[in-house]
Amino acid sequence: MKLTLRVWRQSGPSAPGRLVQYEAPAISPDMSFLEMLDVVNERLIEEGEVPIAFDHDCREGICGSCSLMINGIPHGPMPGTATCQLHMRSFSDGAVITIEPFRARAFPVVRDLVVNRGALDRIIQAGGYIDSPTGGAPDGNTLLIPKDRVDTAMDAAQCIGCGACVAACPNGSASLFTAAKVTHLGLLPQGQPERYRRVLRMVAQMDIEHFGGCTLYGECQDACPKLISIDTITRMNRDFLKATLSSGHGAVAQSD
Amino acid sequence: MELRSRVPGGPIEEKWDRHRFEMKLVNPANKRKHTVLVVGSGLAGASAAASLSELGYKVKCFCFQDSPRRAHSIAAQGGINAAKNYRNDGDSIYRLFYDTVKGGDFRSREANVYRLAQISVEIIDQCVAQGVPFAREYGGLLANRSFGGAQVSRTFYARGQTGQQLLLGAYQQMEKEIGRGGVTMYPRTEMLDLVVIEGRARGIVVRDMVSGKISTHLADAVVLGTGGYGNVFYLSTNAKGSNATAIWRAYKRGAAFANPCYTQIHPTCIPVSGEYQSKLTLMSESLRNDGRVWVPKQKGDKRPPDQIPDAERDYYLERKYPSFGNLAPRDIASRAAKEVCDEMRGVGEGGLGVYLDFADAIKRLGVQTIRERYGNLFEMYQRITDENPYQGPMRIYPAVHYTMGGLWVDYNLMSTIPGLHVIGEANFSDHGANRLGASALMQGLADGYFILPATISDYLASAKLSKVDPGHPECRRMEEEVASNTRRLLGIQGKRTVDSFHRELGKLMWDYCGMARNATGLKKALSLIPELRAEFWRNVNVPGSDTELNQALEKAGRVADFLELAELMCLDALHREESCGGHFREEFQTEDGEALRDDEHFAYVAAWEYQGSNASPELHKEPLEFEYVRLAQRSYK
Amino acid sequence: MNRLQLLWKSSVGKKFIMAVTGLIWVVYLITHVLANLLVFQGPAKINAYSAFLHGTGGALWAARLVLIVALVLHVVAAVQLAERRHEARPVGYAAGREPQVSTVASRSIRWGGAVILAFLVYHLLHFTVGTAHPNFVEGDPYHNVVAGFHNPLVVVFYLIAMAFVGLHLYHGIWSSGRSLGMSPPSPRPLRRTLALALALLVWLGFSVIPIAVYAGVVR
Ligand SMILES: Cc1cc2nc3c(=O)[nH]c(=O)nc-3n(C[C@H](O)[C@H](O)[C@H](O)COP(=O)(O)OP(=O)(O)OC[C@H]3O[C@@H](n4cnc5c(N)ncnc54)[C@H](O)[C@@H]3O)c2cc1C
Ligand code: HEM
Ligand code: HEM
Ligand code: SF4
Ligand code: F3S
Ligand code: FES
Repeated sequence: MKLTLRVWRQSGPSAPGRLVQYEAPAISPDMSFLEMLDVVNERLIEEGEVPIAFDHDCREGICGSCSLMINGIPHGPMPGTATCQLHMRSFSDGAVITIEPFRARAFPVVRDLVVNRGALDRIIQAGGYIDSPTGGAPDGNTLLIPKDRVDTAMDAAQCIGCGACVAACPNGSASLFTAAKVTHLGLLPQGQPERYRRVLRMVAQMDIEHFGGCTLYGECQDACPKLISIDTITRMNRDFLKATLSSGHGAVAQSD
Repeated sequence: MELRSRVPGGPIEEKWDRHRFEMKLVNPANKRKHTVLVVGSGLAGASAAASLSELGYKVKCFCFQDSPRRAHSIAAQGGINAAKNYRNDGDSIYRLFYDTVKGGDFRSREANVYRLAQISVEIIDQCVAQGVPFAREYGGLLANRSFGGAQVSRTFYARGQTGQQLLLGAYQQMEKEIGRGGVTMYPRTEMLDLVVIEGRARGIVVRDMVSGKISTHLADAVVLGTGGYGNVFYLSTNAKGSNATAIWRAYKRGAAFANPCYTQIHPTCIPVSGEYQSKLTLMSESLRNDGRVWVPKQKGDKRPPDQIPDAERDYYLERKYPSFGNLAPRDIASRAAKEVCDEMRGVGEGGLGVYLDFADAIKRLGVQTIRERYGNLFEMYQRITDENPYQGPMRIYPAVHYTMGGLWVDYNLMSTIPGLHVIGEANFSDHGANRLGASALMQGLADGYFILPATISDYLASAKLSKVDPGHPECRRMEEEVASNTRRLLGIQGKRTVDSFHRELGKLMWDYCGMARNATGLKKALSLIPELRAEFWRNVNVPGSDTELNQALEKAGRVADFLELAELMCLDALHREESCGGHFREEFQTEDGEALRDDEHFAYVAAWEYQGSNASPELHKEPLEFEYVRLAQRSYK
Repeated sequence: MNRLQLLWKSSVGKKFIMAVTGLIWVVYLITHVLANLLVFQGPAKINAYSAFLHGTGGALWAARLVLIVALVLHVVAAVQLAERRHEARPVGYAAGREPQVSTVASRSIRWGGAVILAFLVYHLLHFTVGTAHPNFVEGDPYHNVVAGFHNPLVVVFYLIAMAFVGLHLYHGIWSSGRSLGMSPPSPRPLRRTLALALALLVWLGFSVIPIAVYAGVVR
């Protein structure tokens, strides 16, 4: 198949950027989207041009590196699929494809389609863990965890930290990412002691990083390659409100 | 150079305890004064960085991705082994030890493997405490599945994303320490050289991949957890960024490289579909629990699978290995697949594929159970191939997956350069000539959480470290060397892209140093590789500059190293005139085509020492004694 | 840190406040629409109801106070969240974002709210204070309504406002449940039956009145 690409090119963080048009002839429908870009880049290099920079690593939809806005949709048209798992057969011959980086104040562009998503790491730093120093852990079976509970926790734990939720959100909110971790750890017995302190700190960090609030548009859930549900956001809100409003959790005191 | 394995004395069950007692400790008050560099944020690196920081050391951690959470460990699917015997099926530390030594085809160090089996038990507990959502039974107890090369069910898993969940567990512990200030993280930062001063590893030279700035980080000890080098084959199941650069540059600074030729070819991957293919996708081996592997009995049978009656199918693994059947170890399953394809009985266009059939399992267990067990793998398969594995069988073919070889380390995980420790897939590890499924995650975490934090204190407490500062002439010299190397790559401005060289190298390695090797092929490769390398340095085209994010430049540096490593792999493969595990020499096989070991001459670790760019490396041998597991021809019949 | 401060500082807390204040208004609107529908039963009932309300004196002002405070908080929070939104993505997408599942209601919630605010001001001057009414009669809402809706422009403005009120509630009633962390997990989280029912009730209930009056059904 033959395609026309409109790709965001920007030589550096502070340099101005613009959409540049490229022709991509002889594309096989069995190629993955990134393999299509590889082919384009190979040609650019041969023509002495600078290839298009984009993040990628595992190419199996699990590392969360790939992060492209394809025709206005993060990770492209295929639901529950990361860019690297998207195949050209989901596009029609002759299509014009616009490719942009994920956009948010918290995701400054590094170059072309590459952005800096360190803000997501800092949200985890703020409390997205269970403080369990190496050593001294009890036998894994001393905790009985109902299957359905673990399964729900796992649904949320699948988050690959790609930031598509932020890219899709009209508010540029990181609620789904944050809520996924709050839900994963908050559902497990191990996660209870820090449950309320965790949510307060992570939400606070979310605000510090200049992510937007959540209007419940639901776009994030649709863009998420792991189909994480906005039910997690409801859980996060509930825990946050419990932590702030109802006494007894002592969370407010712990939060700062 | 002499290889001192430092294996403690005493009965194998007591070695590790005794050693932990005998090792020197760093006084808690002094830990703060020691800086440790951890290169790599995978299971090995992240768990080490977190644990060292928890102990009080100052830690700096480096990775080339934009976040430590993206390390290649994230892609591990199937599971992690532990000798818990939760299934009451006769498992034990000793059995895991036995299986691993046997699975490694008697080319690993008994004491290390035993320690690994001992620690496996603590790993699961540690991960559960971190909130890793391992699969559970309805009663709330931890679930298990069985995995290739074992007859007991000892593999713990989190759907098909075990590596992801384990890595996130370690990553979160590390982020916690970063928040505390114990760990400083340097993402998008690539190690390009090792700083050795007065014979000790004292730091690394890195390139900031965003600004291109080259700088030196100094410390009291350096830890490499930089993963495997399977990408030397271009097409592999490894992440695109996985590379040998860190360990290769350390090798050139004097660290011995052990068993470079031991590569694992994984039997269950999605077959290649075209020239443009950029990587191969693994279908977790756990699929072999319920899937049956077969090919048509007659050559070139082009009928669709559903039209081939059972009588005309050859379930060759079940036929050849009745007791292990479809769960035969990876090296064996992969070679068996190659054989039937060589006999022209392969399926799919190109004939490079075999069927992995779930029809019976779905009849027996129902679609729901199968979906629960493998749902995401089936989806992945359908997404890539556009075929529905719930209806027809999958097509699979072996692909390069794991490298058992790596930098040589002693019982303390220290390389032949004092102060340079190597953990995870980057070291030559405990897997001998073949790794059993679900044992790399186990090893990476054992190294990072439990072994290194204990052994590194012995080094730090006993080493007399002189004060060095970034102004040290050695640092300047190395930074300049690294900088000129990058400038050189950019200066060539030839005709061919880096990828075209990488592809050619990969093809060459797959043909001559892949699933089956022979002297003539290896000699051929040894003559071709230097030519290719020469052309690379003459004709590669690396656009852009070295003061910006330049992915072509990053690739170029890595491929340049692969072009050198490939030669060492072939050299090692050629010298090892036996077949063992992942290293199959056609000249050395039993009449029924099984690997034929030569314990008399080759029961040793081959550790290669760099002798300069135009001298061939020197071979050192660490003899392997087997006091507990009797040397025997491996049989899975 | 003081709990309320913590709430007000946080984007999640602000949504909590918007939800509570919004729901207070939802409750008012439901009673209000039901009360207004009394116009179809002639002057007596609705005027009596109005008289009763005004008779309660203190209670009425208490209620008004609650409504005013709620509205102020709601609007201030709304404006601040809108500012957050703009800070969060200073550089937009050159080729735009393709909305996939978000409803028109959700996407129009901000300026829709603004329209509602404008309407409210006019509406109070129209039917409560009376200064914006051709011939306002204190204590005779029936007359005021009938007289008030003879001007087609007024009717059209009301109908437009009501459409936005309907949309606002269609999203707001649903989303507030989530902002309050109360909605139970659902296999289809975007489904919103209750919100639809209430929004329709309010929208239609309000809209029929000006239409009916203008059409002369109520005179
Ligand atoms: C698809 C797949 C599935 C697998 N499934 C399983 C399984 O089910 N069970 C199992 O036990 N094993 C499995 N394995 C093997 C296992 O995942 C790996 O062996 C293991 O994760 C390696 O971990 P590591 O920490 O040693 O290295 P990695 O996880 O590869 O981490 C390497 C780190 O080093 C960094 N790095 C590398 N080079 C440099 C440099 N030059 N400068 C700076 N940083 C650098 C990288 O950024 C990264 O952070 C699988 C492997 C693959 C490919
Ligand atoms: C009749 C009066 C009103 C009612 C009944 C009402 C009701 C609601 C409700 C229930 C919500 C949902 C809150 C949440 O999702 O948690 C909401 C949201 C909102 N309202 Fe109102 N509202 C009214 C007036 C206004 C006004 C006058 C404005 C602004 C000028 C406004 C602006 C908004 C905005 C912007 C939101 C979305 C906030 C967000 O999610 O970011 N509303 N409203
Ligand atoms: C067609 C639609 C509507 C009609 C016919 C209507 C009618 C009236 C009337 C007659 C009054 C005066 C009642 C009295 O003085 O006893 C009134 C008051 C009021 N209305 Fe409406 N209304 C409508 C829609 C709305 C809407 C959508 C809102 C809110 C967004 C609203 C908010 C109010 C408020 C706040 C008062 C003042 C109540 C008080 O404190 O006395 N109305 N309305
Ligand atoms: S929640 Fe989904 S979209 Fe957001 S970061 Fe995680 S995986 Fe990506
Ligand atoms: S799209 Fe944005 S507004 Fe909330 S529901 Fe998702 S984060
Ligand atoms: S490249 Fe890893 S998720 Fe796409």
